[in-house]
Amino acid sequence: MSTAAASASATAANLEQRRMPFWKRNQRRLAPALFLAPGALMFLVYVILPIFESIWISFYQWDGLSEMTWIGLSNYTELLGDPAFYTSLWNNVLWLVLYLLAIPAGLMIAIFLNQNVIGIRVYKSLFFFPFVISQVVVGLIFSWFYAPNIGLFPQITDALGLGKIAVLADARFVTYGIIAAGLWPQIAYCMILYLTGLNNVSPEQVEAGRLDNAKGWRMLWYVILPQLRPATFIAMVVTVIGALRSFDLVSIMTDGGPYGTSRVLSFYMYEQALSEYGYRMGYGAAIAVVLFLIMMLFITGFIWRMVITEREG
Amino acid sequence: MFPRPIERAGTGGRALYQVALPVSLIIWLLPLIGIAITSIRPASDLANGNYFGVPSQIALSNYLDVFRQSPMAQYLFNSLRITVPAVIGAVALSCLTGFALATYRFRTNLLVFFIFVAGNFVPFQILMVPVRDLTLKLGLYDTVTGLVLFHVAFQTGFCTLFMRNFIKALPFELLESARVEGVSEFRIFWHIVLPLMRPAIAALSVLVFTFVWNDYFWALVLTQGAGAQPVTAGLYTLNGQWVASWQLVSAGAIVAALPPVAMFFLMQRHFIAGLTLGATKG
Repeated sequence: MSTAAASASATAANLEQRRMPFWKRNQRRLAPALFLAPGALMFLVYVILPIFESIWISFYQWDGLSEMTWIGLSNYTELLGDPAFYTSLWNNVLWLVLYLLAIPAGLMIAIFLNQNVIGIRVYKSLFFFPFVISQVVVGLIFSWFYAPNIGLFPQITDALGLGKIAVLADARFVTYGIIAAGLWPQIAYCMILYLTGLNNVSPEQVEAGRLDNAKGWRMLWYVILPQLRPATFIAMVVTVIGALRSFDLVSIMTDGGPYGTSRVLSFYMYEQALSEYGYRMGYGAAIAVVLFLIMMLFITGFIWRMVITEREG
Repeated sequence: MFPRPIERAGTGGRALYQVALPVSLIIWLLPLIGIAITSIRPASDLANGNYFGVPSQIALSNYLDVFRQSPMAQYLFNSLRITVPAVIGAVALSCLTGFALATYRFRTNLLVFFIFVAGNFVPFQILMVPVRDLTLKLGLYDTVTGLVLFHVAFQTGFCTLFMRNFIKALPFELLESARVEGVSEFRIFWHIVLPLMRPAIAALSVLVFTFVWNDYFWALVLTQGAGAQPVTAGLYTLNGQWVASWQLVSAGAIVAALPPVAMFFLMQRHFIAGLTLGATKG
């Protein structure tokens, strides 16, 4: 009897379901697709597909207007013999390595500011300030700072007995000068990440550390830094991406000069593809692909770690 | 608390800290202070070599000159016309995508999520040629709309990461019980989840406002003249024109920086909450 009743009710439920309109029956299954569609479509058209298009364009010779000519790997072999490419690549390495200094520097400032005195909130905001303004403005600020005669920096080097150094006009210093300008907002960013992290450090562990006589560096290294790991991870991600994305400052401060010595890959690509030097879209795309591959090395690492945390939590 | 609270230090240590704070801040902001002073220095001071002394008078006229001698007002207006729709678009789209990725289980969920995350990290240059080409074909080159569409699409990546993680942390039982009651998926989104997302929407809006306002690269690639160019690209042009007029360049730079700075100080809490997402867990 019970089976008969159960099957009867099952049929009833089935009938009930059939009578429900298509939408009501399937909305749980269709809803995610519908919610995703607009955003995913935009992202696909403007971000995902262009990546593959660029890779494809890099095998062509193309001025952006006339017919595209397939030239296979020629753009890449040309890159291998292009001294400007190596200059840009080397500068990118410099950017990457020196930019990472933003992480310890940001941590130092965060530790310095992590106090409860009157007005400290204002100090924190003002220290963070450089991150809010655009890189174009940062570039102009530092162009003034370095400007011969009128700027502050040559005065400082002069007072130190080094003579008036015109940083942006000197091939030896120009990239370091631009990186210093880039570090300014980047340190601010890392600082705010660490301030938030320090805010959440467990007081019990710090007290326990103090009881164990951990002080200063030892405390920082063994007790504090392990708890700041999430902040360090994000600081690492944004700093590496920021270093490889550097374009604005180079464009504003030197336009790649003097004599192309301050170019980075992102800037060189733009110069080749879209500036008065000619519209070499294919060659530009090949430079972009190289930059993309370098970036992918890091992105894959970052995503890998994020997937692991995602699976765990 | 780390480091040890300064109140527990001796009088000397406390006094030292109180002195070190303003001194370090001045050093930190030295270039900015310099340019702020230059922006109110009369041109005659610069001509006479008074670069670092006290300005002979406060020449607010530099700011007026910036507006009189250049299309600065138009640039600012363009920035606004680009930034506001881009913020609304990206935040709206990511409310939807974030909701989908946070509340439904389907096979490609994590894959789609990480495509959004990864796309967000790629160098702009790999997108440049195709996006410019697409914009040209749509007839949107050198228009505000062309820039808005790109910014909406690109920022959706970051915003989806943010929204999805935010919704994931919301109490899920609420949603489940609504489903049991037979509330439709769209009503759940609209009446239950969206109201809870208000802090995330605020945080993202301020952040994306700053990102889009400060964009320079795409302005160079997708626009040409003062008709559609935002203030960042405009400043680059003006910098070329005002070669020796540092008082004008400085004033222009400060004008261009003000809107995001105002946004930051007004919405500081949201801004930092957005920026430091994940800095404490994960």
